[in-house]
Amino acid sequence: MTTLRIEGLSKLFGTFKALDDVSLEIPNGKFVCLLGPSGCGKTTLLRVIAGLETPSAGRVFVGGADQTLVPTHKRGMGMVFQSLALFPHLDVADNITYPLAIRGVDKATRRARAEELLDLVRLPGLGARRVHQLSGGQRQRVAIARGLSINPQVFLLDEPLSALDASLREHMQIELRQIQQRLGVTTVVVTHDQKEALTMADLVIVMKDGVIQQAGAPMEIYHNPANAFVAGFIGTTNLLPCEIKAGAISVLGHSLAVADGDRIAVSRGPASLSVRPEHVLLGAPEEGLRAEVTFVRDLGESRHVLMRAGDQDITAHLPPGGALLVAPGDTVGVNFRPGERVVVQ
Amino acid sequence: MTDTPSQTAAPRWLGLWPAAMLTLFFLVPFGIMLAVSVAHRDVSGFYEWGFEWGSYARFLSVFFAKVMAVSLSVSLAAAAICVLLGFPFTVFLSAMGHTAQTRILVVLLSVLALSEVIIGFSLSTLLSQTAGIGNLFHWLGLIPEPRAYTPSLFALIAGLCYIGFPFAVLVLYPPISRLDPELIEAARVMGASGTRAFFGVIIPNLRGAIVGAFILVFVFTLGSYLLPQLLGRSEHWTLSVHITDQAIYQSNLPFAAAMSVFLMLVALALVGLASLAGRERGAA
Repeated sequence: MTTLRIEGLSKLFGTFKALDDVSLEIPNGKFVCLLGPSGCGKTTLLRVIAGLETPSAGRVFVGGADQTLVPTHKRGMGMVFQSLALFPHLDVADNITYPLAIRGVDKATRRARAEELLDLVRLPGLGARRVHQLSGGQRQRVAIARGLSINPQVFLLDEPLSALDASLREHMQIELRQIQQRLGVTTVVVTHDQKEALTMADLVIVMKDGVIQQAGAPMEIYHNPANAFVAGFIGTTNLLPCEIKAGAISVLGHSLAVADGDRIAVSRGPASLSVRPEHVLLGAPEEGLRAEVTFVRDLGESRHVLMRAGDQDITAHLPPGGALLVAPGDTVGVNFRPGERVVVQ
Repeated sequence: MTDTPSQTAAPRWLGLWPAAMLTLFFLVPFGIMLAVSVAHRDVSGFYEWGFEWGSYARFLSVFFAKVMAVSLSVSLAAAAICVLLGFPFTVFLSAMGHTAQTRILVVLLSVLALSEVIIGFSLSTLLSQTAGIGNLFHWLGLIPEPRAYTPSLFALIAGLCYIGFPFAVLVLYPPISRLDPELIEAARVMGASGTRAFFGVIIPNLRGAIVGAFILVFVFTLGSYLLPQLLGRSEHWTLSVHITDQAIYQSNLPFAAAMSVFLMLVALALVGLASLAGRERGAA
């Protein structure tokens, strides 16, 4: 069943096209990440869904009902804002149950609901605190609890974790995902952090310049990017100019036979070859593409070898352990693991 | 990382300078005023040092109770009008472009440079029968005969608001322009209508600024002694006018000083009450 459907959505700010004919369907109970660099239209898309922006064209359906012209306060959505937007003049419990107070729910029910939600976000007993007495992570949890207090059909979050430090952010990603799975609420999160998207999402929607580049499961997008932008934006990759000639990949003057599992989206002509660093293999100079080692990073958990071949940089991630056989200045032969090569436009 | 500059970069003795100036030009004259208020009036035109409650006793009459009530109501009304007009004005102002905001703020600041005398005489001309807006209304056919709108309570309040309005806006502007627009959006998404978000979220979050603007305009207009004489009838004369009258024309300095002390105490009490109300509701 589809909870959220978007049809041909466009949004113009003056002459700037923030959204350009965006269509998508989000099944019930899924966790969706809108991912892209700043200015790609992901926040605008979320705001149109929330009713905070009126689209220039297109329609928004929630649970089958057209919501395009329904004013924000009648949509019944839950939302977490980038600044969190907690109310400084209310205590934590009143913040969480503000949507219920607006709907005329009595005080005892509100108090019980606040307790329940505080337990859910693991802040039991903090209902009487003021917002300014909470830490960044606690405020985050309060904002999530407030967004969920009316059991919304759709839960929207706009870069909710961007204000937290790296380790807390990772922790909250996992927690947010667990809360979402427990409640089964359809959730849309805007993020520019691809790791965040891969950690949390059932469905990742990659956007650029107001256009959806690719929508799919995280690993599908990771392993089978639709174009060079997606390949470069999700995870780290080596993007090399190449050409498809007579069923072979020609890269930096080196010809590679297409192997089983290689994903070639271009039938002929110039294209881009994307190979993840963990699939770059090093060997003797005469056994592959000749490259010069420029730097070696040993991180303990893995070893990164930075190389230069012609005018291109290539990075290899090698597993830890064993003696490292290369040093800066060495010439090596680079191979790309057969079956892990992706050629995109 | 750069080192943050030390909080006590200025030597401490530098603070003695403003302290000395405050003592010399504020506390000492205030002390003199207190002493004069209990001094004995010399009918020949001055006073003899002494200690008597006579001036205070004279103040406790029905007449001066009325004057006090007029002073407070006029200032409270002016403060209320300034805040009521200034608040929406500032909300719209902070939503404008940067250049427009700067220009409007400069115009408002330049109003502050006008003296009370100029404002008073300009308004009394503008509202007069011979050269005022009454002629314009007559010419437009709105009224049968040109008429004067001054002296009147309306003219007085208009003058006080003209002075108080820029102060109200300048106090309200920083917190309003800093208010996170996502607060309002959050309230809207959570189901609050525009009106409800305004009264439930914007007003409570700006209560401090609103109370501050109110107090500032109130205290400022309370001390006005020219406008009530220029624009008001004698029944609108405020305590400040009577203080001037006693001090300068009746040569009764002890009585003028006693009234000043009284006015100050009442003003302080009201300011205290207002800020207390602002704070308590904020913590509820």
